Amino acid sequence: MSRYFTEDHEWIDVDGDTATVGITDYAQGQLGDIVFVEVPEGGRRLAKGDDAAVVESVKAASDVYSPVSGTVIEGNAALGDDPSLVNSDPEGDGWFFKLTIADAGELESLMDEAKYQDFVSKL
Amino acid sequence: MRYLPLTQPDREAMLGVIGARSIDDLFVDVPEAARLDGPIPGLPLHASELAVERHMAALARKNLAAGDAPFFLGCGAYRHHVPASVDHLIQRGEYLTAYTPYQPEIAQGTLQMLFEFQTQVARLLGTDVANASMYDGSTACWEAIVMARRVTRRAKAVLSGGLHPHYVSVAKTMAKFTGDVLETSLPSLTAEPDTAALIDKIDDDTSCVVVQYPDILGRIADLSELAAACHAKKALLVAVVTEPVALGLLKSPGEMGADIVVGEGQSIGVGLQFGGPYVGLFGCSEKLVRQMPGRLTGETVDADGKRGFVLTLSTREQHIRREKATSNICTNSGLCALAFSIHMTLLGEAGLRQLARVNHAAAFAAADRLAEVPGVELVTPSFFNEFTLRLSKEARPVVRQLADSDILAGVSLGRLYPGAESLEKGLVVAVTETTTAEDVAVLAEALREVLA
Amino acid sequence: MTINPSGWRPEAPQAGANEAATFTGNRALMLEEPLIFEIGSTATTGVDFGPAPATSGSRLAGLERTAPIGLPGLSEPEAVRHYTRLSRQNYAIDLGLFPLGSCTMKHNPRLNEKVARMPGFADLHPLQPVDTVQGALQVINELAFWLIDLTGMHGVAMSPKAGAHGELCGILAIKAALEARGEGHRKVILVPESAHGTNPATAAFAGYAVEDIPATAEGRVDLAALKARLGPDVAAVMITNPNTCGLFERDMKAISDAVHAVGGYVYCDGANFNAIVGRVRPGDLGIDAMHINLHKTFSTPHGGGGPGAGPVVLSEALSPYGPLPFVAKMPDGHYKLVEEETADEDHPQTFGRMTAFHGQMGMFTRALTYILSHGADGLRQVAEDSVLNANYVLRSLAGTLDAPFAASGPCMHEAIFSDEGLAEGFSTIDVAKALIDEGYHPMTMYFPLVVHGAMLVEPTETESKAALDQFIGALRSVAERAKAGDPTLKSAPHFAPRRRLDETLAARKPVLVWKEPELAEAAE
Repeated sequence: MSRYFTEDHEWIDVDGDTATVGITDYAQGQLGDIVFVEVPEGGRRLAKGDDAAVVESVKAASDVYSPVSGTVIEGNAALGDDPSLVNSDPEGDGWFFKLTIADAGELESLMDEAKYQDFVSKL
Repeated sequence: MRYLPLTQPDREAMLGVIGARSIDDLFVDVPEAARLDGPIPGLPLHASELAVERHMAALARKNLAAGDAPFFLGCGAYRHHVPASVDHLIQRGEYLTAYTPYQPEIAQGTLQMLFEFQTQVARLLGTDVANASMYDGSTACWEAIVMARRVTRRAKAVLSGGLHPHYVSVAKTMAKFTGDVLETSLPSLTAEPDTAALIDKIDDDTSCVVVQYPDILGRIADLSELAAACHAKKALLVAVVTEPVALGLLKSPGEMGADIVVGEGQSIGVGLQFGGPYVGLFGCSEKLVRQMPGRLTGETVDADGKRGFVLTLSTREQHIRREKATSNICTNSGLCALAFSIHMTLLGEAGLRQLARVNHAAAFAAADRLAEVPGVELVTPSFFNEFTLRLSKEARPVVRQLADSDILAGVSLGRLYPGAESLEKGLVVAVTETTTAEDVAVLAEALREVLA
Repeated sequence: MTINPSGWRPEAPQAGANEAATFTGNRALMLEEPLIFEIGSTATTGVDFGPAPATSGSRLAGLERTAPIGLPGLSEPEAVRHYTRLSRQNYAIDLGLFPLGSCTMKHNPRLNEKVARMPGFADLHPLQPVDTVQGALQVINELAFWLIDLTGMHGVAMSPKAGAHGELCGILAIKAALEARGEGHRKVILVPESAHGTNPATAAFAGYAVEDIPATAEGRVDLAALKARLGPDVAAVMITNPNTCGLFERDMKAISDAVHAVGGYVYCDGANFNAIVGRVRPGDLGIDAMHINLHKTFSTPHGGGGPGAGPVVLSEALSPYGPLPFVAKMPDGHYKLVEEETADEDHPQTFGRMTAFHGQMGMFTRALTYILSHGADGLRQVAEDSVLNANYVLRSLAGTLDAPFAASGPCMHEAIFSDEGLAEGFSTIDVAKALIDEGYHPMTMYFPLVVHGAMLVEPTETESKAALDQFIGALRSVAERAKAGDPTLKSAPHFAPRRRLDETLAARKPVLVWKEPELAEAAE
């Protein structure tokens, strides 16, 4: 399993042609207490960079973009009852959605962990 | 000047602190060509309270106030008696001159009042939740159509012929710019509302059906069948209530299955005011709440654990979501919502029911009396406090003629639907607790003369 | 049915660590007040009616309500006490300086209230035959001409119900004008990064794509960047002038000229008109449309969040597209209401109707009363005093708080500070909450976004020098504490009716209506 990152602070875990997407710890720290998450439904087709989800804190709402193209398998239903999972476990239980990847080649333009940490340190 | 506390010595001292020689130095960024040398010529200079009051009172005297004549107008604005305390309370400086409650620690008065208002409105309309008010009924109606599009992802709305023509006109204007497709029609001068015709129009592209309850002619429709028909095609039912006092006696649209209920709250606490400011009511089911436009107040606790209230779910709104907001609306109709809420509290359920009974009975009696006049026929056998008559002549000139004799005889359908021949003999008459039997007698006699 | 059959009442709040307990939870004149649902009952009413006359049957099409509604009533004394107690938990202009930038929290004269309530205005139905309301139409017309003359524009749309509604009106007029020219393909509106959120929201609603215009280091629109972006796909720019940093856009005329040169229109957000009324006419700077907030510049009351009124002045190019209805004065002195009926002859290119009836008449009477009171000379003095007061605040605090644009010249009617220099871990919100304890409503915070931790202070012209001095002293004191890292700021406010409220909880688990306690528990 490998993990990649985007400059918009999404992470994507890839396992074969299935991927899980969420937002990074840095992102949840910037947003503050998460109050609501809107996740995509299963079956939705996403192109790379499409608005896939919305994450809301009290004073801000941010769009979460799909790092790759694919078809959504499911959104994380647990976030409906407990959006605070995004704060407490952003890179684990706070995942947003799973999708089937359409084009693995798109992963090449994403960052690995080391590059992402470097990127964040310069912000 | 009485509203300007600074004295000349003050101004000079302050300029000294700032380091400017004159006030003109502070306007240095204004290009010379745009600077005005002095007060704009041709406009009057300042005036005393006495002079201003005199000027405005003279303008007020040129109008025929509803209280000075037998008065029968409705069609979206109703004359009800507002208890004296309401107007006193809303003029308290802490309400009148307060701001939007963005700093909740020092705005609990406004916030708690809005929470009470939201609850009163939701209960009245029969919905799970309601917002802290919109500008008025017509813009609330439009916002409901937009919300139905967001929720269903469909763009075609079916509007009942019984929906207030101004509300239809607003929706048509807005739809030109948003690409919503509206199906509209004229009402027919018949006893029955257009429920069956609406049901026929619902298909898989329909986002919502918008129906007024009671409608523009005063007719009352059972919305349950319409709600079921909408839901069968996964469309929403939007009900519009322009006379909330009716809900003191009638089933609420929410309990009959409407998904979004909007309305005009003017009847309660607000007064006629020649058309504004009014107060839009907006309620919907719990599952739609994040798609609802406008301000929302919610309950929470403070750092000491005390119950308090805050504006919430703000991320839907313009100041955060900017381009992706549910609406561009910024203000609600705060002071009018307060007036509504105070009046509703003074009435209470028992009072509201009694008010509704008095209205209905008075309208009943008036309809019977007017239908006795030769040349007058009652079109609507079922109504709350507003009914439609068919006259033997075109109604609009009759209304004008009666106005010349200081009788405000109701709203002619010719005024609302100019050029619609099928409606030109229609006259909509509203009767409330402020109408006396003598007023009705005067109207009956005047109609008898004019129609003879 | 009683609303509250269990008789449950909120528990007397626990005493905070820093206060003595009382039985009631009250603290002298600071009174706790339950909800009407907790003290009222469905059987109580504070209104008396005569008996309903007997009726033969009901004519409600069989739709009579059978279920209770659940609306509590109170007697008149209880109701007066409830709402009076609640009112005392609000800050208001009547209590003190309200330094909210871009809101223009000036004194709301009571003559306005008296005039608005004259029965000849308040007791008029909007659909009365126009011959019976000539005085009302004259009020609208007189106010319309004042607004046109004060702004140097050609026409005015009076019907928008609030500032944001006015913005929509202006943008729709622009859209209609472009379509009439066959240029409906223009899809972009340019908006400064510092703009109020209603600007992009309005543009998006009208179907436009919104792009940001950057600001210069001096806090103004970057004219070069704007010119570089202008092109045949731009429908309009939306500019606030003076802008949201409280600065006059020196290049306003050049901006207008550049936009017109590519065939676009200039919309001006008139929220800050108070700074220039009577001293500058926006029409002289080339704008095409500007909404005016009557509840800001022209003293109609804020009312705890509304109602507002947002008439829109229009250039000669845009006036033909303005909305219905409007009031026209005929050669014989008679006033006519132009609605859909005569649109084909009188106003054929209108984009349509924006609201039922004619507009916020109750605000027109108030605003006209205010304008007549001040007159042309008084209004000019209003602008001067508002600018003087803001500059006094700016220079008095320049040594204490970072004022990012203070070096580049005077501000207009509002002064902007940033959070630079505050101790590590301290920010604008801590300054704001401490200011509450000092007896003030905080200034506008974190807006505009172009200044970090922005604090935007607009005193308005109705503050005396003494009131300003006291405010300056309070803000200076709080700022010094924030720079020194005083930890008590973090738990402020200490003395307000409520401490800091948990907004996260309110958003995660929204409770938007009251429920009977048994039902609320069952739901959890």
